[in-house]
Amino acid sequence: MSGLFDLAVAVARIAIMLIFCLTFVVVLTWAERKGAAYMQDRRGPNRAKILGLTLGGIFHPLADAIKFLFKEDFIPDHVHRLFYQMAPMFALAPALMTIAVIPFGPPVTIAGKTIPLQIADLNVGILYVFAMSGLTVYGVILAGWASNSKYPLLGGLRSSAQMISYEVSLGLSIIGVVMVFRSVKLSQIVASQGELLWGIVPQWGVVVQPLGFILFLVALYAEANRTPFDLPEGESEIVAGFHTEYGSFKFSMFMMAEYFHLVVGSLLVATLFFGGWQFPYLASSGFVLPGGFSIGLPGAVVLLLRIGALFAKVVFFAWLFIWVRWTIPRFRYDQVMRLGWKVMLPLSLLNIFATGIALLLVA
Amino acid sequence: MEPALFIVFGAIAVGGAIMVVTRRHPMASALYLILTLFAVAGLFVLRQAHFLAAIQVIVYAGAVVVLFVFVIMLINVPEDKLPVERVTGMRFLGVVVAGLLILESALIVRRSGMAGTPAADSGSVEAVGRALFTDYLLAFELTSVLLLAAVIGAIALAKKKI
Repeated sequence: MSGLFDLAVAVARIAIMLIFCLTFVVVLTWAERKGAAYMQDRRGPNRAKILGLTLGGIFHPLADAIKFLFKEDFIPDHVHRLFYQMAPMFALAPALMTIAVIPFGPPVTIAGKTIPLQIADLNVGILYVFAMSGLTVYGVILAGWASNSKYPLLGGLRSSAQMISYEVSLGLSIIGVVMVFRSVKLSQIVASQGELLWGIVPQWGVVVQPLGFILFLVALYAEANRTPFDLPEGESEIVAGFHTEYGSFKFSMFMMAEYFHLVVGSLLVATLFFGGWQFPYLASSGFVLPGGFSIGLPGAVVLLLRIGALFAKVVFFAWLFIWVRWTIPRFRYDQVMRLGWKVMLPLSLLNIFATGIALLLVA
Repeated sequence: MEPALFIVFGAIAVGGAIMVVTRRHPMASALYLILTLFAVAGLFVLRQAHFLAAIQVIVYAGAVVVLFVFVIMLINVPEDKLPVERVTGMRFLGVVVAGLLILESALIVRRSGMAGTPAADSGSVEAVGRALFTDYLLAFELTSVLLLAAVIGAIALAKKKI
């Protein structure tokens, strides 16, 4: 019986996380088009309707999905067939696997058992995220090479060089966080962020690691190939970059992978730098304010508030991705490389050094 | 459960390795190499070496093989112009050396027996970190000097004027 219960819990956690992220991806594609439209002073998608309802065009992702599914799955003659077909899978699978270690709520107790709201609380934690996100580059490289034509090859080359360069800063920028919270386990990092600094300010990553946060955010945008770093698919220069030769559902898989990165990236920023599921001044018994005030709340309300807090943070950072995309123009390629190696890398090393000295002085 | 998983990961690792050396297309070899590296990471996890498994994937699958693929992509030899490697003396020598290696490991296992199950947290980030910065500090620092030399060497070779 107990084994069956554990299995049900494991399946439920995977299902909740996957369904949440995939639904979020679908809604994001709509939010992106709508957000772009409003920033450019137009209305955006608003025609698809079900039973006369348009609801601001929310049915457009559904229409897109049906269109992608029913289009002819065309494979050009000049491609390396096997690798060409593998590339979209290589793009999507590692992105899906990263969500396994991200905690989406505090541990809950059901029927005398403590269940962490996290698919797997691995000891290596954040390293697992880097291991998986490091593999996403294969999707892009393989697509660029297997398409066997010039623009995809250029896109693939740009992308792989960019991703390798920014992976270095991405990894180094979170070392400060690991040093402050003394763990690479994400559950531990989130738990530590519930404490108060000097009894007033929540000890969130962004408070103790402001430079680390900025570096992480910039590197994350470069890793997710988002504007201003979306050179792999710079449409004014190289058509659509690495996925020029892809159509129908294979193209859709690349798009899904891209938006999945946004969701995972938002989850990671929220978890590492904005307290994850922590709600400011909310302890497990209710609100405890610095002045000595406290408001008692039932456990279920606290749990909902905490999961809601993570959700709100993720929505904000996903929106920030869209906001930046339609505000800032694309860099030139040499500027991206110079920024990565000559600005980001020294600054992230400086951040580690400064954090070390600060920790020594505090201790 | 564990012996079954060992057989699965071991079979994938060995099968992948055989495919790496027998495939004609270098891109196929590279992808099989990723598979082998992944399976070896799985074997590390079975021995509780979680940190090592993560580093294996980050460094080898996530960086080293990316560079291999990068080079294959840049050179981009058309499929009909791939060279056919002839069987030479070196290949037979390779088979002999591989056989000797297998024999050697079999002898070691026979002499000292199978190792028991390691402690659950013996390969955790904390345990490996502590060992690296206390017992093996000299080796650790020497390795970093070696890596620094390699980085400087690479820059000096790649750029004529800095």
